[in-house]
Amino acid sequence: MRRLFPVLLVLCMALFAYAPFLILNAPYESTMGLVQKIFYFHVSTAITMFVSAFTCGIASAIFLFGRRPAADRVGFAAAELTVLLGLVVLISGPLWARKAWGLWWQWDARLTSTLVMWLVFQAYLLLRRFGGPGSEKLAAAVGLFGAALVPFVYWSVNMWRTVHPTTNVVPTLDASMRGPFLWCVAAFLCLYVLLLAARTELEKRRARLDELYLALED
Amino acid sequence: MTFLSTATLVARKDLLVEARSREVIYTSLLFAISCMLVFAFGLVKEGRVIADAAGAILWITIAFAGTLALSRIFDRERQNETLRALLLAPTPRAAIYVGKFAGVLGLLLLVEGIVVPLVVLMFDAQLFRHTGWMLGLLLAGSAGYAAVGTLFAAMLARSRSRGALLPVLLYPITVPVIIGGVRGTAALLQPEADLVLARAWLMMLIAFDAVFITLSLWTFEPAMTE
Repeated sequence: MRRLFPVLLVLCMALFAYAPFLILNAPYESTMGLVQKIFYFHVSTAITMFVSAFTCGIASAIFLFGRRPAADRVGFAAAELTVLLGLVVLISGPLWARKAWGLWWQWDARLTSTLVMWLVFQAYLLLRRFGGPGSEKLAAAVGLFGAALVPFVYWSVNMWRTVHPTTNVVPTLDASMRGPFLWCVAAFLCLYVLLLAARTELEKRRARLDELYLALED
Repeated sequence: MTFLSTATLVARKDLLVEARSREVIYTSLLFAISCMLVFAFGLVKEGRVIADAAGAILWITIAFAGTLALSRIFDRERQNETLRALLLAPTPRAAIYVGKFAGVLGLLLLVEGIVVPLVVLMFDAQLFRHTGWMLGLLLAGSAGYAAVGTLFAAMLARSRSRGALLPVLLYPITVPVIIGGVRGTAALLQPEADLVLARAWLMMLIAFDAVFITLSLWTFEPAMTE
């Protein structure tokens, strides 16, 4: 990863630098016009958030059953990024909704379930910070439950009648919009891998530092 | 000792301790009644309850009283270090979880046995027009809540600041169950009870119960190991 990091960093910067031009050149959506363009970042971050939640769930399961501290560090980093990405999703969504629905927030299934999932990962972070020693395992269990919510969040738009657009939008996207959209997804996934690697490395060094302090005391 | 007999013994012990002291029952009941009192001031206008409010009052009261019962049950285990003794016993951890879960669920249902009639009387809610459906919703909702609650209360039993952390963990994770209960009850409370909708919510509750119980059984063992 250490050797791959600068390569990915350059790639990510290039992806993000070119993304605005692609979005600018993409056609206007017939009914929503300009505000629709927020879709390229909103959906991309939402997809990355789901990936992040799953990463946290899988890492937590590996930590719980395989007892690998490395998996715990990945899980912690992923939980933090899930909260961060969730914040982007929960801010970019209402910005679009204000124009499309005339309301900042609707208590519909998709919005509510996303908020719930975001709160679960907030709880994970609270636990890590204030739970005291031994809270890693407890947090890992929370991470598993949080990841279990992802399918419900994803399919909520199809299960209930909601005002939020359904999962049908992405597969039926017009070819001229699909290119920029996939570009943005790639950019956010690339950014995610970078942030996850950096955050995990930071945790690793922190753990190493703690070990050194302990060794010094002995 | 078989899995089932271990679970029965643990549950029986919890219910027996409770039957003798009646501490959890009394405190959660009194708490539930004070909860309803607060709702009565917020959700009653000119002597009438706001439409759909009765279901919300019922489920939020259950959730709040449930948190109180959960933390008390595991505090009791902590006082005499009995939780450690229980975990040291040469039985599968999952059996201990099932026993604790059954005990918590039993207590929760007991509290509901009094809270539900109280909501019917005090908020004039026709909860028992479709008794079978209502009981199904109550049972499925309480099972999901107790499944997650038992897992996290057990894990938090040894943590500091558990009093503050239990609600913070429990409410976001169990919110789907609460939503299912509230919406399902609201469907039953309509002037023309919408049984199709109530059935859909009940099915969703059962789906969540399956996910929650599976995940809890799965994580209890590794998470409780020191």
